Amino acid sequence: MPYVQSLRCKECGRDYPQEPIYVCDFCFGPLEVNYDYDEIAKNISRESIQDGPLTIWRYDQLLPASRDNAVNIGAGMTPLLKADNLGKELGLNNLWIKNDAANPTHSFKDRVVSVAATKAVEFDFDTLACASTGNLAGATAAHGAKAGMKTMVFIPANLERGKILGAAVFGSVVLVNGNYDDVNRLCSELGDDRRWAFVNINMRPYYSEGSKSLGYELAEQLGWHAPEHVIVPVASGSLFTKVYKGLKEFAQLGIIDSVNTKMHIAQPFGCSPVAKAFIEGYAHPKPVVPNTIAKSLAIGSPADGYYSVGIANSTGGSATIVPESEIAEGMKLLAETEGIFAETAGGVVISTLRRLAREGVIKPDQETVALITGTGLKTLEAIEESVQTSTIDPTVRSFDEIVMGTAVS
Amino acid sequence: MPFRRVKFTFKTALIQSPIIYELGHKFKIVTNIRRADIDAENGWVILELEGSIEEIERGLDWVREQGSKVSSLDGDILAG
Repeated sequence: MPYVQSLRCKECGRDYPQEPIYVCDFCFGPLEVNYDYDEIAKNISRESIQDGPLTIWRYDQLLPASRDNAVNIGAGMTPLLKADNLGKELGLNNLWIKNDAANPTHSFKDRVVSVAATKAVEFDFDTLACASTGNLAGATAAHGAKAGMKTMVFIPANLERGKILGAAVFGSVVLVNGNYDDVNRLCSELGDDRRWAFVNINMRPYYSEGSKSLGYELAEQLGWHAPEHVIVPVASGSLFTKVYKGLKEFAQLGIIDSVNTKMHIAQPFGCSPVAKAFIEGYAHPKPVVPNTIAKSLAIGSPADGYYSVGIANSTGGSATIVPESEIAEGMKLLAETEGIFAETAGGVVISTLRRLAREGVIKPDQETVALITGTGLKTLEAIEESVQTSTIDPTVRSFDEIVMGTAVS
Repeated sequence: MPFRRVKFTFKTALIQSPIIYELGHKFKIVTNIRRADIDAENGWVILELEGSIEEIERGLDWVREQGSKVSSLDGDILAG
């Protein structure tokens, strides 16, 4: 059973009952799930976790819903792979890749939506909604289908066909004529006055808790300890803050000894409000209009940007702004060394990793984890101009001439 | 009466402009500032707006025209 005591305002500390609400009525701070850690400590252990299912729900004592009612399509327990080839390229001897592209709809969003959908069913909503340019759409549509709920998935009408179809296969999607701001505005208004479970509005306190499972998995898969460095792609900043929260909770409960992890922010040049705030030394990121090929990081007004800057500072982490031209390079480097085809956000992470290694921020023997949050198959257009193929006639001669460069006359 | 909670983010050029005062006078909107952080160069304000939906929309369009970013309290909703 979950050990939730309340929702608590991150700013003023006021408590609220567990309801589909997300903002403090007094100070407008964000609400976060507040657990009874003393009770959890009595009931959780490495063994109890290992006896659980091979999904995020093995950690259900630290999630706001019970695994018994989970809307579960198998999110979580994705591979943590030792990246020796990439490490050799970068001069890192203890490098790991957490491959969340291996989730059911191929991104980490399955973690958060599994929790949001489960709470939506508990709250007796009949409609699961989101606004997305890709990963969240697929995850919401799939979990909505599994839960037997109606789905309202809003997608900008000019999105690539593949992404639209990838979500629409699970149920209907709504294409909105307009730019990012128009879709944001529409969904903000709909979220205010429709009785829907909007995964990242009124379900947000619960939804975001799903990301903690990435932190738990890192610790468990590394042999019950926290890594020295984690590089996280940052959009809203929610993933960044929750990975760290997951590690801290494990330490607080005695599941791991301590957390001395440096948390590193990775953002693309075309949308880097959080990294910019960190680098320039101010706390509240200034909103920007996104213009990046890393669409899954295109959050110009990041809800958890302020908290991400705080964690990067307090942990001795860093922030990197990756030039747009290096995103595809990062994707290719990972693919060519480790056989993992990451989305553009992964390219941002790998390019950040390369810079941090080169600058000596990460030392060769320090245990480092780079988070790959989604698959490159959804963003094929990003690497279209940076991969090479050969076209030959169906003859050995043509093969030797063009591919091997050894044609004989 | 409908109301909305929004966040305005101002750039330097707008810091000295009485945007919220004018919003309340040009449109039939009651403005209520709930949180704010403004310095010499930048600033943001979270406020509640009360009025008809049409009037709030017209007012927010005007605020955007002045160069302020208008966002929901939860940041961008449209996610990757």
